Amino acid sequence: MKHERIETNAGLLIVLTLIVISIGGLVEIVPLSFIKGTVEEVKTAKGYDAIRPYTPLELRGRDIYQREGCYLCHSQMIRPFRDEMLRYGHYSLAAESQYDHPFQWGSKRTGPDLARVGGKYSNAWHVQHLTAPRSVVPESIMPNYPWLEKTTLKYEDIGERMRALREVGVPYSETKAEYDANVKRFGPKVAKLLDINHASDNLIAQAEAGNYDGDRSRITEMDALVAYLQVLGTMVDFSKYDEGYFAKFR
Amino acid sequence: MAHTTTQAPEQYNYEIVRKFAIMTAVWGVIGMLVGVYIATELAYPAFNLDIPYITFGRLRPVHTTLVIFGFGGSALFATSYYVVQRTCQTRLYSDTLANFTFWGWQLAMVTSAVSYMLGYTQSHEYAEMEWPIDILIAVVWVVYFWIYLQTLRRRSQPHIYVANWFYMAFILATGILHIFNNMQVPISLFSMKSYSLHAGVQDAMTQWWYGHNAVGFFLTAAFLGMMYYFVPKQAGRPVYSYRLSIIHFWALIFLYMWVGAHHLHWTALPDWTSSLAATFSILLLLPSWGGMINGIMTLSGAWEKLRTDPIMLFLITSLSFYGMSTFEGPLMSLKSVNALSHYTDWTIGHVHSGALGWVAMVTIGSFYHLIPRIWDTKMYSTRLVYTHFFLASIGIVLYITSMWVAGIGQGLILRAFDDYGNLAYTFVESVAFLHKPYIVRATGGLFFVSGMILMAYNFYMTVRQARREKAEIEAKLAAKLARA
Repeated sequence: MKHERIETNAGLLIVLTLIVISIGGLVEIVPLSFIKGTVEEVKTAKGYDAIRPYTPLELRGRDIYQREGCYLCHSQMIRPFRDEMLRYGHYSLAAESQYDHPFQWGSKRTGPDLARVGGKYSNAWHVQHLTAPRSVVPESIMPNYPWLEKTTLKYEDIGERMRALREVGVPYSETKAEYDANVKRFGPKVAKLLDINHASDNLIAQAEAGNYDGDRSRITEMDALVAYLQVLGTMVDFSKYDEGYFAKFR
Repeated sequence: MAHTTTQAPEQYNYEIVRKFAIMTAVWGVIGMLVGVYIATELAYPAFNLDIPYITFGRLRPVHTTLVIFGFGGSALFATSYYVVQRTCQTRLYSDTLANFTFWGWQLAMVTSAVSYMLGYTQSHEYAEMEWPIDILIAVVWVVYFWIYLQTLRRRSQPHIYVANWFYMAFILATGILHIFNNMQVPISLFSMKSYSLHAGVQDAMTQWWYGHNAVGFFLTAAFLGMMYYFVPKQAGRPVYSYRLSIIHFWALIFLYMWVGAHHLHWTALPDWTSSLAATFSILLLLPSWGGMINGIMTLSGAWEKLRTDPIMLFLITSLSFYGMSTFEGPLMSLKSVNALSHYTDWTIGHVHSGALGWVAMVTIGSFYHLIPRIWDTKMYSTRLVYTHFFLASIGIVLYITSMWVAGIGQGLILRAFDDYGNLAYTFVESVAFLHKPYIVRATGGLFFVSGMILMAYNFYMTVRQARREKAEIEAKLAAKLARA
């Protein structure tokens, strides 16, 4: 076929262009939802799923993380290199972000990776660091976030948020059947936290028990954000697996 | 008809081109000023001022959106509407719909910027707009496509000129990318907040398929369309090779769609996907350089114009940077290089050698050609055009070199081990190292935006001059009619 036929026919030009630009995306994106092992299965000793969706408080913390654009300077994706392993821990698994709508892998490390920051620092350190980073790390160039500690957390719409996530496939439960399925999948303790009907109570209970911002009188955005940071990368117990076990999934 | 000078409707719809041209300058200046500001925040964090709305994390998408979609988008609307009319020798289809794309697009820019500052973001890079703005953009885009198609169909030439292939591919691809990367579920119809349809690996792959093709189609294919019209026009010579333009067009639009996953090397994305992306990234060098060679060879033979025509300086520089950054890109997509460059400022430098060196320079060159034509006058000051060229060039060089130092430096620092096999540096030592390159980068940005402000001033004076000239002619005409 002579090219002249294409460039004298707008319809043909459009159809051919559409075909040519569709192939790459189809080949690379679609199989990711079907090839088994793209997302690893990670189980606890009791046979439950190790990776669970975020609790209501953690979810609100994640929303704040997203709102402030933290992902623009912090990655949540540890690569399988020796220096990263020493600095951050085991490389990130696909399973660990399977409930992240949207993903927060990031593309730039102006600050360090946060995929396994959970449990590395105390709550008090996080509060101090988020409020005034240079008071604990003098060379830091992170903005101060003094409003987190002062702003009361809004959570009237926590149910709506969880329902939206349920729509896109996160196993938060609304019906009895869904709750029972979660008990089987995540165990009874976790299943309770994923129940949309008790979202507010669960959020309040976690904030009070955790006392993340060091002030029990009210629940602030700081409580939520620190709760989120403290859970990052803590769900898989890597000591339970042989070295190289996860390599077969890559 | 004593005092009413009858004006036949213009042969072409230049009014819409003028509107988008003005907004190109406006968004260019604002978007780049925001860029300089956030660059300063990185050098001196005190500039965050403890105000939530202007912290780096919230302003960064304001910068990228206003520059890519505000400046770049308006420039593409302006030039594509101009080029499609000129090359098809027909008036643009529907003034009303064209105006709709103008106001819809501007509204999307303003609402995007404000909503990011208020904390509404999808956190998909370059697609941060929340769902109501996404819908607005999708509607504007479908209308844009319709106008373009209808104008093509009304052409008085049998052939569709090569620039229009690129513009059309850009319109189609951007529509597909936008729709598929923005599938999301709002938490309620009365809330801006939404969650994306995909999670984790699938979301990352979709996002970078979008992200890299925003570069490939929005910032490359479309600007090649611009290049294919304005470079031959300004050089006064035909396109060097018709055959090369066919080959590199189809190869470019086919290959680009495969390469997004090179943003995800060494991540939890399966190896097969990122290896495929790396392979296609290397292949992409060929059609990219095909375009560059076609552009430069078109200018070749008109080299003497470089001495007398500042527009040629912008165009030749833009093609050189296009060649440079499309060589750097495949290099960085090699897994071994990417292991060092990923997560560092090398990527930021690479983006800006494309965005400032190629996209902005070819736009500026084309606009110095376009502005006097659509206002039917001469450029107010050629000297200012020269000054702009040197400010822009110095700015780019400072920007790119400082980011090479910052990126490669940080990459090396973070992977350094001491004699005992321990990490040689803490993370924050790499941050301290970035301070000086960040100052140089902000200075480079300041140079570049100063040039943009000069350009805006030059445009403003040109338009004023055009209005004065027009008024004089009308006055003369009126006087003549009165005598008669």
